[in-house]
Amino acid sequence: MIMRFIHKLGSPPYFYQFSGRLLPWLSGICLILFAYGLYGGLVLAPTDYQQGDSFRIIYIHVPAAWLSLFVYMVMAFSGAVALIWRIKITEIILINSAHIGAAFTFLALITGSIWGKPMWGTWWVWDARLTSELLLLFLYLGIIALYSAIDDKRKAARAVAILALVGVVNIPIIHYSVEWWSTLHQGPTVTKFDKPSIDTRMLIPLLVMAFAYKFLYAIVVLLRARNDVLWRERRSQWVTALFDGSK
Amino acid sequence: MDSFSNFIHMGGYAGYVWTSYGIALVIFVWSVVSPIIQKRQLIKRIKSIVQDEQG
Repeated sequence: MIMRFIHKLGSPPYFYQFSGRLLPWLSGICLILFAYGLYGGLVLAPTDYQQGDSFRIIYIHVPAAWLSLFVYMVMAFSGAVALIWRIKITEIILINSAHIGAAFTFLALITGSIWGKPMWGTWWVWDARLTSELLLLFLYLGIIALYSAIDDKRKAARAVAILALVGVVNIPIIHYSVEWWSTLHQGPTVTKFDKPSIDTRMLIPLLVMAFAYKFLYAIVVLLRARNDVLWRERRSQWVTALFDGSK
Repeated sequence: MDSFSNFIHMGGYAGYVWTSYGIALVIFVWSVVSPIIQKRQLIKRIKSIVQDEQG
């Protein structure tokens, strides 16, 4: 049942139609989540007793950092599927995820830097967390560069899929870096196995923002993938039929 | 009004906080708008291909 659905999604016209119907819903939910997350984070959440109001950068920074890892895992998974089953849609998801992942990794790094200045007294330290996250940015950029360097896009997709899979090794390093090496970066406050060491009025907007970011990623990856599908299939009948009537 | 200026002031961290939110806003808007603009251009190109082929 699920496999049949995935197989159907692999067909470009069905993917185009299905994603088109999905997008308004995703956009609506995403806007509601952002509205609530921002209100909760900027207004409802109390001021931090150590960091003052500077901690409010957390609502931009942490969801961006989580998303940078999440997008990488989606990308590597698409790469694996693309290598094994040669489904075109997964190749398209893979390369478009790299662009979005790079943007959010950049956002995580720059907001972390802006947060670090007042809290640590420095914009940057070469510790394990920051360095491995910077490496993630270079991985994304490397994937984008490799893809654009190879003219045959099917071959390009296979090459970047392999690079994406090799780069997965960096993901646990980023995640555990604050536990394995002592550093300026604060330890995990949310993903600890015992109770999170954060006030629920601070925590709930953070989780809501994390979901809002994931919906934003879904929206952007679908928008971008739909463009690629249209262009790759421009000579096929279903695409010409879409634009034929509106001459 | 006083609470609003407190809100903008962010306990003295206004520059750091609002710069972060501003950069995020720019990245969000660009992420969503750029594929929409690209789609318009794509549709134009595809339409001209369709018309060319139909003579």
